[in-house]
Amino acid sequence: MSGLIDLFTIVAVSAGAFFFLAGTVGLLRFPDALTRLHALTKADNLGLGLVVLGLLPHAGGLLAALKLVAVWLLVLLSGATISQLIARVARREAPPS
Amino acid sequence: MTMASLFDLALAAAVLALAWWTISTREAFAAVIDFVAYGLLLALVWVRLGAVDVALTEAAIGGGLTGGLLIGAAARLRATEAAAAAERPGPAVRLIAAVGSALIAAGLVAAVLSLPDPAPTLAPNAAANLAATGVGNPVTAVLMAFRATDTVLEKVVLLLALIGVWSLAADRFWGGRPGPHHQADPNGALAFLARLLSPLGIVIGAYVLWVSADEPGGAFQGGTILAAMWLLVMMAGLTDAPPLRRRWLRLLLIAGPAIFLAVGAAGLWLAGAFLAYPVAWAKPLILLIEVPMMLTVAVTLGLLLAGPPRRLE
Amino acid sequence: MLGPAHIFGVCGAALVGFGLYGLIASPAPLRKLLAFNLLGSGAFLLFGVAARRGAAAGFPGDPIPQALVITGLVVAFSATGLAVALLVRQFEVSGASTLRSDPPPPADAEA
Repeated sequence: MSGLIDLFTIVAVSAGAFFFLAGTVGLLRFPDALTRLHALTKADNLGLGLVVLGLLPHAGGLLAALKLVAVWLLVLLSGATISQLIARVARREAPPS
Repeated sequence: MTMASLFDLALAAAVLALAWWTISTREAFAAVIDFVAYGLLLALVWVRLGAVDVALTEAAIGGGLTGGLLIGAAARLRATEAAAAAERPGPAVRLIAAVGSALIAAGLVAAVLSLPDPAPTLAPNAAANLAATGVGNPVTAVLMAFRATDTVLEKVVLLLALIGVWSLAADRFWGGRPGPHHQADPNGALAFLARLLSPLGIVIGAYVLWVSADEPGGAFQGGTILAAMWLLVMMAGLTDAPPLRRRWLRLLLIAGPAIFLAVGAAGLWLAGAFLAYPVAWAKPLILLIEVPMMLTVAVTLGLLLAGPPRRLE
Repeated sequence: MLGPAHIFGVCGAALVGFGLYGLIASPAPLRKLLAFNLLGSGAFLLFGVAARRGAAAGFPGDPIPQALVITGLVVAFSATGLAVALLVRQFEVSGASTLRSDPPPPADAEA
């Protein structure tokens, strides 16, 4: 049983790491600020969410698991808002043709 | 070579790369962003060194607040970059600096690798006296009980730095409001974030203080989170920076060190030495000191970031 | 045995070297400030290595150096805050962020 849990953790964290890698590749390769922001939100939402999901079985109690999920939600909230603000400035300075 | 060592090597390499980019990149703004990322990775290094309280402080103050301060400075000083770059020291000076720095670094590496083994440590002393302080987290015990004098002096240093910042204001603005009057769209994203995140942040800051008795945390980390929430609310335009002559502001600024010093003086009379706590009262006294200290730290750190007063009321 | 204490001790020493070089070789005061912060954090890492090596009595690290580093981080931030305020004020008064060894302007700068 604990072997299954460890396997689940490895798969979920690896998938999360893959999304972080994809987000970083997008940051480096996409042409302008708006598309790069789009790539970064994938890393934030999916990547961190999968990592948190993978760590939940090892959290050590319901309260600790809820704290992990709260961390993910807070990162979602602040990441989404900051992306909006950056996108607004980027669109104002370099309007997409 | 274990997995943990590989991870440590990769982390150290990333930290050194970011540090090198910070000093060698051409644009000041890019250097500041590199420095913020460096601070956050350094927090991970502190976790690997087994110092979670220090990691929290580094992430909050070293990464977050210092980053905010330096980004504001880089934005304001952008016009001077070209003139400053022209004053770059010549290749001879740079070569001597590089050789000198390399020699000092090599000396430090030699010192690190030849540290005595077994290492001298005060951990058994701390463990032996931990029960008398009423707290379970040894770092909190050191900060608030064993070396409380350092913490009092640190509060006073914070206050002196703030007075130094205030003294840079033009005479006619003394006691006025610091920073510009931020006006953001009241229905926009930043105001939304401020309204949603600041109550959560206040709860988290208070939680970090409360839990520091037995788990990693502390008054400085909690105070930094409170300061960050206050700055967020000010930047979203939901509240204006207070005029610095307001009595409640000045009372908040001195409440932390004043109560700390009062408890210390009471310790002279109740327990025989400055800042000694009678054993039965240790935990309540520490709490009595920590809560005003957190509020003072929050206000002081926020005002340090806001800068000297620039407008009248 | 390559433990975290050794790896991050060398890392901290290298950071001190980088910070010192940046402090001397960067012309802009803001960059000098960044390099000074690098130097400081490298020195704190050396404290942390000493704390890690002092792990005993069931603690993962010696708590006294850790508490000293926390104090040092807060003091370093307050020094950085004062330095930034000085830099910005210098820019507002004189229009440049660096200090030149030119003679002072004839009219007194307004307070």
